[in-house]
Amino acid sequence: MASLELSRSPLRSRREPEVCSAGQDKYSVLLPTYNERENLPLIVWLLVKSFSESGINYEIVIIDDGSPDGTRDVAEQLEKIYGSDKILLRPREKKLGLGTAYIHGMQHATGNYIIIMDADLSHHPKFIPEFIRKQKEGNFDIVSGTRYKGNGGVYGWDLKRKIISRGANFITQILLRPGASDLTGSFRLYRKEVLQKLIEKCVSKGYVFQMEMIVRARQLNYTIGEVPISFVDRVYGESKLGGNEIVSFLKGLLTLFATT
Amino acid sequence: MTKLAQWLWGLAILGSTWAALTMGALGLELPSACQEVLWPLPACLLVSASYYALVTVGYHVATFHECEDAVCKLQDQILEAGADLARRGLSF
Repeated sequence: MASLELSRSPLRSRREPEVCSAGQDKYSVLLPTYNERENLPLIVWLLVKSFSESGINYEIVIIDDGSPDGTRDVAEQLEKIYGSDKILLRPREKKLGLGTAYIHGMQHATGNYIIIMDADLSHHPKFIPEFIRKQKEGNFDIVSGTRYKGNGGVYGWDLKRKIISRGANFITQILLRPGASDLTGSFRLYRKEVLQKLIEKCVSKGYVFQMEMIVRARQLNYTIGEVPISFVDRVYGESKLGGNEIVSFLKGLLTLFATT
Repeated sequence: MTKLAQWLWGLAILGSTWAALTMGALGLELPSACQEVLWPLPACLLVSASYYALVTVGYHVATFHECEDAVCKLQDQILEAGADLARRGLSF
């Protein structure tokens, strides 16, 4: 699968990537969950399979926000099956938002790289070894999955959704010139210290939070690589993109345009 | 400088240049052929930009890659995962 170079030469000198004490890189996957009782075992199984087959040192941090459907019970079973060194449960009492979930997860993560992704199977863990390879190839601070370049793509979107998605991306590229093709994507690999720094600086929520992370990263001269990914939208027949989301996206976009 | 500021500066510079040239403020006597082109230029640029936007978005929508094979593989893996996890003692 072709992967794309989008780094600029950094203005500050590159330091060597940090490794943890064993001298080996470790990758912590942060999985914020809310009502993912059915998907969580599947995504964990796929993650374990991808990492094991590639011989990568990993852990999975599950941050459940008090799901009423029993997600936490399933997470506890997974911890028993795979071991508490590989599955870390760090739940919270109630739904508190993505940014704070990442902060909470990172406080317990022992890896030097953090992978963020959706827990609903729209992102496939098979791309993670490619993210890692891409990161090493360019010594990138961030590697972002993109649906809009190379053979990245989607499944399960109707025409209206595609038009909105491409239209929004077009406007975003014109206004923000972000140096990344997929700004609202949430399948990314970060150096741990980079993610910590960016979360401190970001103030938005939802789609716009993911956009702001990339925009702030560029402001701080972090380097960004991209890997084409496939995004499988399994929520058929349900429009996840209503008028409200579009309005709040536009508001967020204009705020970033005016303030960054 | 914010992106908004960059846009405003750019528009201000282009706008004032256009205004100066079309109103002869710089004392330049441009031939009337030039004036005829210059006067509607902003409107033309706006229309061209709109066409460009429509064509670009239309092209990207039409060529938006659909990953059907990804879905088939995922379905198979879901079944495999379910069976393996049940074997390891997971009760769904």
